[in-house]
Amino acid sequence: MNHARSYPAFLRDAVGVATDGGWPFYTWMTLLTALALVGVNAWAQQVVGGMGLTAMSDHVSWGLYIANFTFTVGLAAGAVMMVIPAYIYKDKAMHDVVIVGELLAVAAILMALLFVNVDLGRPDRAWHLMPGLGRFHWPVSMLTWDVVVLGGYLLINLHICGYLLYTRFLGRRPEKRWYLPFVMLSIAWAVSIHTVTAFLFSGLGGRPFWNTAILAPRFIVSAFVSGPAFIVLALQVIRRVAKVPIPDAPLHTLLGILRVTVLLNLFFVGSEVFTEFYSGGSHTASASYLFLGLHGHNALVPWIWTALAFHSVAAVILLSARAKEQLWLADIACALTFVGVWIEKGMGLIIPGFVPSTLHELVEYMPNELEWRVVVGIWAAGLIVFTLGIKIAVEIFAGRMRHQLPEVEPDEPQHAGGA
Amino acid sequence: MEDTSRRTTLKALGATLGAAAFARAMAPLAAWPEDLSIDELLQRHYKELSRDDMVRVLRRLEQETLDQYGAVVTIDDVRPIPEVQFGYALNLSVCVGCRKCAEACHVENNHDRATNQSYIRVLEIKNGSVDLAMGTVDYDHAVPKKGRSYMPVQCHQCDNAPCVSVCPIEATWKEPDGIVVVDYNWCIGCRYCEAACPYHARRFNWHKPEIPAEEINPDQAYLSNRVRPQGVMEKCTFCLHRTRKGRLPACLEACPTGARVFGNMLDPNSEIRWVLENKRTFVLKEDLGTRPRFFYFFDK
Repeated sequence: MNHARSYPAFLRDAVGVATDGGWPFYTWMTLLTALALVGVNAWAQQVVGGMGLTAMSDHVSWGLYIANFTFTVGLAAGAVMMVIPAYIYKDKAMHDVVIVGELLAVAAILMALLFVNVDLGRPDRAWHLMPGLGRFHWPVSMLTWDVVVLGGYLLINLHICGYLLYTRFLGRRPEKRWYLPFVMLSIAWAVSIHTVTAFLFSGLGGRPFWNTAILAPRFIVSAFVSGPAFIVLALQVIRRVAKVPIPDAPLHTLLGILRVTVLLNLFFVGSEVFTEFYSGGSHTASASYLFLGLHGHNALVPWIWTALAFHSVAAVILLSARAKEQLWLADIACALTFVGVWIEKGMGLIIPGFVPSTLHELVEYMPNELEWRVVVGIWAAGLIVFTLGIKIAVEIFAGRMRHQLPEVEPDEPQHAGGA
Repeated sequence: MEDTSRRTTLKALGATLGAAAFARAMAPLAAWPEDLSIDELLQRHYKELSRDDMVRVLRRLEQETLDQYGAVVTIDDVRPIPEVQFGYALNLSVCVGCRKCAEACHVENNHDRATNQSYIRVLEIKNGSVDLAMGTVDYDHAVPKKGRSYMPVQCHQCDNAPCVSVCPIEATWKEPDGIVVVDYNWCIGCRYCEAACPYHARRFNWHKPEIPAEEINPDQAYLSNRVRPQGVMEKCTFCLHRTRKGRLPACLEACPTGARVFGNMLDPNSEIRWVLENKRTFVLKEDLGTRPRFFYFFDK
């Protein structure tokens, strides 16, 4: 096999598949592209006009961008909840669809990297962060660890996805030695990305709200909520829209995981709340601000109670016997927990770290329109990557995108399959 | 075949439209290069600049200040003096909360006029407590007010500085004389240091600072009070452009009550040394282990 010829063919066919589909596909992609461009435009304005165009300040110096960064790192780590059943427990049904999790990891990491980059005051100097090129403050700065683990996780998953899809494209069986070690590495690595991201915050002694040893476990558990929840919803969409015959079994496995992690997440939040409020003192100020409001400042109170309500309703649904038979109920639970974690490990985690400030000034923060536009743009970009990845995978696994097949198969038009 | 070519045409049309839309979305960036030169883009870290490099950079920065602000300034690379360890102490018994120090800092360090920026925040706290939660910075009445005491807070130039540890690119570091500095031309503006500082000592340039030409302090240093670029961190440098030349910090000179004491802690005859040896001093948030070089003390 001549890879110098077949790999370009693989890429060419992938581009072909990625730009070819039915009207629903074109509509979806046009919508996402338009939203992504809105984000690009908002970011371009911010670069020229300064970060002052956002609602952030010297008091609340990280906002919606870092909130979404934290959440998307969790989403990427959560994808491993497909990988573990598929490869460690040899779950055959999960193994057939595990590529969805691996592609989610790639898309989510790309989003996380974009979220950090739009938060930089000087994106023109981002190269200072490149090991070897700039001055990499490793191992002292946790942010350099994050660069290493996020970059590494992206490369590992790109390799796994790329290798599996390429060999299938060639019509061959993937060789274990070329992907299994990387899959095992990716499991440990998934835990590391969200642990390091938690350490970014928990390592700061001057911010009592974050300076807690339970932060990393909390991050990991909520990643194992948001990841499986997203994948359940994605699988439901894929089997309906792309008409891929995915059985219920992997969904039930993921829901079984969710049933535990949703409760664990609530338990961890509860432990944190107990410690904060029972001991009291000025240490509790941020938690008070978040949950109850402080001296008339209560912008985040509706957010966090929404998150807790969503988590609780989802937990009840997932524990009910009916959700095991009627998957639409489980879908609702997944959507609720996904939004719940997005709030709780996003705005609900980042903003209270800054309120009150280290000199106990109460300055609040609510993202403004420009920040929302950038954030929506990045989510759209992430969904573009995920959609295209899934579409290419579906075509390859269905045998419709394969190397050295006749140009046209009469009874199988190339643009079948929709999204 | 005809269907395929129609499809190809539509795809080409879509790609063209997409590219046009992308260019349109990116259009605001066209205004960027006005403030961005290739030399600046490729400039190395402060510690990697040779003496010649530094001279070129300083002349370029002076030219940029002239071009962008219309002010003729001198920017030096003022290095630390050997055998000097700076320390600062503040007498809480005599501070009246007039904020002359904050104002002097504003003028001396070429801060943005619109935001009235300063490296010093003065807290007004009810007597009977030094709890910051009991304080306020936006008091607006004649001082000193009965039953209140005042606590100015600025960078504590910590010996174990969290802001320095967290910086991913060594854009901020501790100088041999104890001053924590920022290379404004290396900082990427991630603001991790601002999150890490327990004293709210760091400031970010959310916008390009605006200062009328005639108000710009022309006596500047690379690591201290030169006009900062947009999108980078800045902080108190103990006025190193003054103090490394034997002068006192602007905030100290402005203080009408003599609450401020600054000097070389290694000099046994210095006033700072006398305060540290004879007064009951304390540092803010000592439990965090940051080991500040900024001390508070009381007369009685």
